[in-house]
Amino acid sequence: MSTDTTTPPAIETPWRRLDKRMLVVGPLNSLGRLLPVVALLLITGQGDVTRLWIALAAAVLVVAAGVLRWRTTRYRITADRVELHSGWLRRERRSVPRDRIRTVDLTVRLLHRAFGLSLVRVGTASGDSFADAGSLSLDAVSKAEADRLRRALLDRSPVAAGTAAEAAAPGQEIARLDWAWLRFAPLTFSSLAGVGALGAAVFNLFNELGLGPRDIGAVDAAADRLAGTPIWLGIAVLGSAVLATAVVGALVVFAERWFAYQLTREPDGTLRVRRGLLTRRSLSVSEQRLRGAEIVEPLLLRAGKGAQCRALSTGLSRDAQGGALQPPVPRGEAHRVASAALRAHPLEITQAPLRAHPPAARVRRLSRSVVPAVVLVAVAFGVGATVPAASWLGPASLLLVPLAALLGLDRYRNLGHELTGRYLVARQGSLQRRTVALQRSGVIGWTFRQSLFQRRSGLVSVEAITAAGEGGYTVLDVAAPDGVALADAAIPHLLTPFLALPTAHDHDHGSRVPPHGAHPTD
Amino acid sequence: MATATVPGQPPLRPPAHQVSPRAVRWWQLNALLTLLVLTVPQVVVLLALGPNAPSWLAITAGATAVVVAGYALVVPPLLYRIHRWEITDEAVYTLSGWLVREWRIAPISRVQTVDTEHGPLQQLFKLATVTVTTASARGPVKIRGLAADDAAELARTLTETTQATPGDAT
Repeated sequence: MSTDTTTPPAIETPWRRLDKRMLVVGPLNSLGRLLPVVALLLITGQGDVTRLWIALAAAVLVVAAGVLRWRTTRYRITADRVELHSGWLRRERRSVPRDRIRTVDLTVRLLHRAFGLSLVRVGTASGDSFADAGSLSLDAVSKAEADRLRRALLDRSPVAAGTAAEAAAPGQEIARLDWAWLRFAPLTFSSLAGVGALGAAVFNLFNELGLGPRDIGAVDAAADRLAGTPIWLGIAVLGSAVLATAVVGALVVFAERWFAYQLTREPDGTLRVRRGLLTRRSLSVSEQRLRGAEIVEPLLLRAGKGAQCRALSTGLSRDAQGGALQPPVPRGEAHRVASAALRAHPLEITQAPLRAHPPAARVRRLSRSVVPAVVLVAVAFGVGATVPAASWLGPASLLLVPLAALLGLDRYRNLGHELTGRYLVARQGSLQRRTVALQRSGVIGWTFRQSLFQRRSGLVSVEAITAAGEGGYTVLDVAAPDGVALADAAIPHLLTPFLALPTAHDHDHGSRVPPHGAHPTD
Repeated sequence: MATATVPGQPPLRPPAHQVSPRAVRWWQLNALLTLLVLTVPQVVVLLALGPNAPSWLAITAGATAVVVAGYALVVPPLLYRIHRWEITDEAVYTLSGWLVREWRIAPISRVQTVDTEHGPLQQLFKLATVTVTTASARGPVKIRGLAADDAAELARTLTETTQATPGDAT
């Protein structure tokens, strides 16, 4: 434990340790993870003394590691930096300028909760090229300290914040959980994945056991009884059983994840999402660094008129729930939250009337979905011709073609973009429709991409590069001149020196700046 | 430099500078190495199995050789004609790609780091790649096949300009 000699700050801020209770919780956590191994060791050992010793040694090591981790981890917040020192053999020193901090994520797992602790994860705006470098986490500090950190880290004022008055001031509520939203739970992807996983698991189980379903007495009897009835009935019974399990699973996941959900605007200029039943989470996003919002509508959810709003910001985790401002909700509610979060009229952001893309884009969407389907059909017929048992494959696969055509048409129908006063709005996708509203001032570059096929149809994909979210958002398949005009109008002057015809670029998009009069057709 | 637009292409003029002509040789050498990596194992198997080798193996080996050699002959000169770059006081502008063309524009004010990279093959031809990184995960703009001296000079000016620009570039 050496003293810090590299950056002696003007006013020495004392170093802090993780909470003392981590001396108990840390080892408990690791022990929990070790438990299956130890149990296996002891059970298979059948009273073998050495195994007992190994288990004991492991436990001691785990406790020692926990103590060591607690002893070696120190952090402090100076006037302009957050510093974190950790590690013993491989010592790690992280130092992040405070003005780079974008998000603070507090996670309270069950064990942490029992001891009144909270994990703090700080998301920063460093380039994402070095994988994990973008975030800094403290596992774990007391709840009060976590709250203090949350307020202090995202406060814009340079003086350490968290005055008593501010701490007491309640946030302004934007949204809270409505249990009626539970109806959207089975329509999200996680439930679909659940169905898939469950089906695969059941299949595997039968395979592993070398069982045909008929080997089980009850099933055999039932099958005999069903033998007279059509096979479709059997499939229907099995299918509805699987479906019911998936639905229940989705409801449980939704309830665990979104229990006590609340979205607030805090007095310190952050948006805060609080949620969770067993694992409590609180995500704070600096409002000043919010670069836009995104409305996500997976196919099933869209069919049920549901949607979900996500924040576009740097420093958000990239998992499925990264930046989610709400659970799946009715579409209108999603747009309302986007509008409230960005303090912009819905017509200026995600509900802006969008321009349709040229007919060539329809041809391209259609060919991109139908051609692979046709190839699959050809393969299916080929297999059917060579393997007599699979001769049904070809005709059955014909069903793919109209499905692919529908998908292509829907993908075209969903294409759209518009430039409003402060936002670039773009929509695409069918299986997962996404409407992105990105602040024009948050765009830090452009990429125009054109494949051979796109060149032949005069289309181009325009990607707006940004530091937030995925790093780039694409306006798919616009007419080449329109794409350039769009980018040129979105950030004036940047593109102008590179335009091919400096005199004649008609500011098609620029003239449309007042959003309310804009029409989607053009 | 053509100012008229090609129908179907975005109405952007090509960036001012071409990469080093030596880049053609570099790309060709790269293709040749790929050729070796792909065909040598096939040939080794052919020789090892002798008469027992499956007949299709000779065909695939031949086909691989023809395709890659054809690529090495045709594509590098094409890449040289297409690849262009330009740095102004305001922006970095590049054009690259063969089947999929890519025009990239990054404002200088948003540039975070500038890296120069000389791979072993590039050193052979005195070439370098300059990577300009912005705050975005999708951001890096790469200029490949620059003459090493030009690359160093370019990186130096870019770094100077970037340091003169305040802000954290997000």
